[in-house]
Amino acid sequence: MISANGLRKKFAALEVLDDVSLDVRPGAVTALVGPNGSGKTTFIKIVLGLTRADAGSFSVDGHLADAAGAYRRHIGYMPQAARFPENLKVKDVLALIRALRPDAPRDEELVSAFGLAAEMDKAVGTLSGGTRQKVNAAIAFLFRPSLLILDEPTAGLDPVASGILKEKIRQVRAEGRSVLITSHILAELEELADDVAFLCDGRLRFAGTVAALLERTGQTRLEPAIAALMRIEGARRSALVEPATTTGWPTPAPEAL
Amino acid sequence: MKIVLLVLEAGLRDLTRNRWIVAYGLCFLLLAEGLFWFGGTGPQVALSLLNIVLMIVPLVALVFGTIHMYASREFVELLLAQPVPRPQLFAGLFLGLALPLSGAFAVGAGIPFAWHAGAGTGGGALLALFTAGIALSVAFSAIATWIALSTEDRLKGVGLSLGVWLASTIVYDGLVLAAAAAFADYPLEKPLLGLMLANPVDLARMLVLTQLDVSALMGYTGALFERTFGTGLGTSIAVATLAAWCAVPLALAARRFQRRDF
Repeated sequence: MISANGLRKKFAALEVLDDVSLDVRPGAVTALVGPNGSGKTTFIKIVLGLTRADAGSFSVDGHLADAAGAYRRHIGYMPQAARFPENLKVKDVLALIRALRPDAPRDEELVSAFGLAAEMDKAVGTLSGGTRQKVNAAIAFLFRPSLLILDEPTAGLDPVASGILKEKIRQVRAEGRSVLITSHILAELEELADDVAFLCDGRLRFAGTVAALLERTGQTRLEPAIAALMRIEGARRSALVEPATTTGWPTPAPEAL
Repeated sequence: MKIVLLVLEAGLRDLTRNRWIVAYGLCFLLLAEGLFWFGGTGPQVALSLLNIVLMIVPLVALVFGTIHMYASREFVELLLAQPVPRPQLFAGLFLGLALPLSGAFAVGAGIPFAWHAGAGTGGGALLALFTAGIALSVAFSAIATWIALSTEDRLKGVGLSLGVWLASTIVYDGLVLAAAAAFADYPLEKPLLGLMLANPVDLARMLVLTQLDVSALMGYTGALFERTFGTGLGTSIAVATLAAWCAVPLALAARRFQRRDF
């Protein structure tokens, strides 16, 4: 559903994405993982058109990115932390988003599953963080998009809501749509992910199925497998910066999660 | 166009319920009504109100505008992820800030004048006062938007806004005065006229004072302006330059919004 080819992005001197080519399959949940600052957010923002790549191209569900952003009708996006204008009511926010995509098919299931009907007349500023996150999730799934991009989706959700969301993700996968998730909660990815894409220092170090990752790292579960990937990368990185240790700075120990 | 209106509607819904905007409008209402209460005639009230407008409107538009644009950042990102073109989104967002700010001023200051049926203020003077207040609201919200879009660090952005306010309302006049005193022996008319056009606050003051017929209060540059251009041409030039002060920062902010990475 995403087909990215040679994406590059530089912020000042820092190479945030370095020639990233990644295909996200339809009907699968792809976990985008990597240490902090590895370029996950930048990758997502480029696919959403929030950030422009310096080089490379991508398409979503076969639609090339266009200046007017029409290709975004195929994407549902759930940002990490939702903030809406404080004095808008929940129903105002939902009405605005619905009106911006008038022709799209609707899926109001999460609105009812999260019990948002009772919150409709409350100002967004008075909502708890968890309820705001529910609104945020409901918006992402509102239009049956063929690609869902979920950035730390269950952060701030209670276990019940988080279970509802995971169920919804499985349903979307079963319908042949695709989901791209970033999360630091590996146990959660373990439950959901079919594919893993591992970014480190802006480079795609691994992309493939969970089974392929387990085989390559010799692990039996996703969590230690990703930790192993990070350790390998950490060791490689500290090997690269070895000459700098002569200045007296300690080499950062490769951190296991 | 539809997208502009939708985003604008959401902005209006949000800011008309914002307590700072409501307090800002009430503040003008109480000030104008209070000035009438203390026995001012229409032109006197307009003149006193002008001095307040020239300070408060740029301050609130700059500081509130910058903070509001920073606070909208996450919401803007969510809207940008929808199938919406950036220019329309920008237009809706900007109008959603500039209209409530101008409206709070116009309604707050307008009600007392309407209530007292102008109280002897000339139509031209009233028109000039409200044009000046609205133009300053728009110009400084555009500058605030530009600052918020160009400065990643929020604290720096708000500081920059305060700096622009200090420079245009307080420091600028002082510098012009100092320059006039220091170079009193030279023919300064033309440079001073140029300096005046370069500050929207000075322009707004000029625009209203020529209509109120209180040239004595206009100061050196104002008197010079009127003598050089006459009232009619002077007013046209002031209005046109104020319009440019709205359009140029707005164009810069729109370009920034179009090109920036969120």
